[in-house]
Amino acid sequence: MTAELGQLALIFALLMAVVQAFFPLAGAALRLPAWVAVARPAARAQALFLAVSFYCLVQSFVVNDFSVRYVAEHSNSALPLFYRIAAAWGAHEGSVLLWALILGLWTAAVSLFNRGLSEIFTARVLGILGLVSVGILAFILFTSNPFERLLPVPPDGNDLNPLLQDFGLAVHPPMLYMGYVGMAVPFAFAIAALMSGTLDIAWARWSRPWTLVAWSFLTLGITLGSWWAYYELGWGGWWFWDPVENASFMPWLMATALIHSLTVTEKRGAFKAWTVLLAIFAFSLSLLGMFLVRSGVLVSVHAFANDPERGLFILVFLGLVIGASLLLYALRAPAVRDHARFHWFSREALLLVNNVLLVVAAASVLLGTLYPLVLDALGLGKISVGPPYFGSVFAPVTAPLFLLAGIGPLVAWRRDDPARLWRQVRWLVPVSLTAAVVVAALWFRIGDLVTLAFLATAFWLGATALLPWWQRLRRREGWRGLRQPAGFYGMTLAHFGLAVFLVGVGVSNHYSIERTVRLAPGDSAELGGYRFLFQGVREFDGPNYGADEGTFEVYRDGERVAVLRPQKRFYRVQRNVMTEAAIDPGLRRDLYVALGEPLEGDAWSVRLYVKPAVRWIWLGGLLMMAGGLLAAADRRYRTARATAAAPASVNATA
Amino acid sequence: MKWGIALLALILTLPTSAGIEVRQFPNPELEARYQHLIEQLRCLVCQNQSLADSNADLAEDLRDEVYTMLLAGKRDAEIVDFLVQRYGDFVLYKPPVKKTTWLLWFGPFAALGLGGILLWRIGRKRRPEPPPPLSDAERRRLEKLLQDHGSDDA
Repeated sequence: MTAELGQLALIFALLMAVVQAFFPLAGAALRLPAWVAVARPAARAQALFLAVSFYCLVQSFVVNDFSVRYVAEHSNSALPLFYRIAAAWGAHEGSVLLWALILGLWTAAVSLFNRGLSEIFTARVLGILGLVSVGILAFILFTSNPFERLLPVPPDGNDLNPLLQDFGLAVHPPMLYMGYVGMAVPFAFAIAALMSGTLDIAWARWSRPWTLVAWSFLTLGITLGSWWAYYELGWGGWWFWDPVENASFMPWLMATALIHSLTVTEKRGAFKAWTVLLAIFAFSLSLLGMFLVRSGVLVSVHAFANDPERGLFILVFLGLVIGASLLLYALRAPAVRDHARFHWFSREALLLVNNVLLVVAAASVLLGTLYPLVLDALGLGKISVGPPYFGSVFAPVTAPLFLLAGIGPLVAWRRDDPARLWRQVRWLVPVSLTAAVVVAALWFRIGDLVTLAFLATAFWLGATALLPWWQRLRRREGWRGLRQPAGFYGMTLAHFGLAVFLVGVGVSNHYSIERTVRLAPGDSAELGGYRFLFQGVREFDGPNYGADEGTFEVYRDGERVAVLRPQKRFYRVQRNVMTEAAIDPGLRRDLYVALGEPLEGDAWSVRLYVKPAVRWIWLGGLLMMAGGLLAAADRRYRTARATAAAPASVNATA
Repeated sequence: MKWGIALLALILTLPTSAGIEVRQFPNPELEARYQHLIEQLRCLVCQNQSLADSNADLAEDLRDEVYTMLLAGKRDAEIVDFLVQRYGDFVLYKPPVKKTTWLLWFGPFAALGLGGILLWRIGRKRRPEPPPPLSDAERRRLEKLLQDHGSDDA
């Protein structure tokens, strides 16, 4: 019964999405106020139906209704409740439904928090979001229905993939989707602005906070994913340049370009057409990511060709979205007047450099991700594009970003004097170089140029990012100089987070050490000044798995610093073996132990890692996210909405 | 229990646990080279994993192969060449530079160059215009102003 209710709610949601797309858009074009007024209630009703539908799916998992095929395939009665709930988005059908639900929530949020916008503009934005929703909901109902029944009903379910039975991966998809799908909002704003014909500054001001919030979620989602890969996959890496990771990284790069470009559009009225294009790209890359992950094309081009239904649907949808948006752009953008002028050394110019670098970075990731697929599809050979490729291509493109990110905010709009800026920051050059050398000498090997470069760049970025705080403190106002808008703190915090991230990458990539050893109970192994004493393995019983659990005492200078209990789990239903690494985390270093195979006697093969500063990577991500949220909370956006009397659209098409 | 797990680990090839074998190396340099090599080579039967990360049987065999060749004194390039001959470019995570990969390797730098040109052109187009030259009437007024000012000082 619950499943049918969910299915019904889903159908109603689709119908409501059609209503939400058709009446407001047509009403805006034909000037029919009654049709325009449909937008808000339809958007909220659609979100409500989606919430009901999603609740029904979760409920089916909670009560172990194995007559629902999706539940039977991805859950089990022995699965703990928390993971039964998370299993709702643990595979294809449910995760697309989550996608649709989150789009519904974003849409409802737009309908609630845009009081300052004109009715017509709001109607257009909601209408476009409705169109996107129609595509996604049709995709679910026609190709990926999670409510399908199964006959005969199996006695128990097939269990959730053990990799996903983990807190990090339970919360990772919702956060990531909040980001992915959130890109639909600036996209809808951009398309609505194109439709109305005038791209004015108000439009940029309206879409900025939405973009910032979506970007923050995307940042958090990617950070969580990286953290999960680190502790769950069992070999201590934090980014693999896997196509699935790239699928989330490309929209992130594009969204980062977008939040910077929106600044210029809002503050100076420049780059209007370019900003619209970025909004289109960011959302298109989100959809492309969905295609890559959901079509099976990554497993193999041929697997996709054999069962193309889902992939083809998304591909056609993607084509429609990109094609229609670019067509509209081509028709409307040339008419956009953009007279803002700036000197080659100005904040506008530096933000333009930022945009070019980020877009090139995104394009490189796109090239590396799609290249093997295209080459294979054309029959030109099979190649692998992995970390060594991305490392050598990505580093030169992003290095200037790190050097300039802290400088940009110090430069004035329109025109600045390079000599003035140089006087301001030149003392930071020796400071960051010295700090890098000192840190390297104290904790690591000095004379390792790559790490020195990483550290110096990170210190430079961190120092230049925080310089404005210092300058404002030193000026005559004293503490009152720190009374700056939230946007200012958000920006510096995010840039500082980038520096923290960079420290983590540089140090952990170059100074992580590992050893694979054979240990019998009572044996110990040395690594990086730590002594790992193996106490043996005992059996451990989990709710839906059995495990061998090893115990390691870790000593440094004779003092015990940690007890680590890595497991080797055997999941009974899926008959999977999983390495569950044990980690002693710390800002200075992580101690990481993974249990390998049992050898003769009571001995085991064991892999040990000491990873300095690896935690800084995710700390940096969290700081960036916090910065984004802080910036979105800037009072300016709220007051702007209250006072925005001149809407973007009404007079436009007249 | 323990042996059950060991048995199953042998039967299944799963992406869920890293291959962990104990290997003896005569010197740390050789170990570092081994580690570097298996990180650069792809496990051919996995979805997207290096030899270092994979627990698949084939990955284990290939690690053995790399290890044996290293101990036999082969150079890194020889080992890579051998594997490429046997399995093709697919085994390399760093694709070779050849005709079919020119776009892959040079594309990003071309895009960067293109971006640079774009920046330069936009910068020129958007350059603040110099103030328009003074008209004759304005110049006469300016001269007069300057003259008046000068005579005040004198």
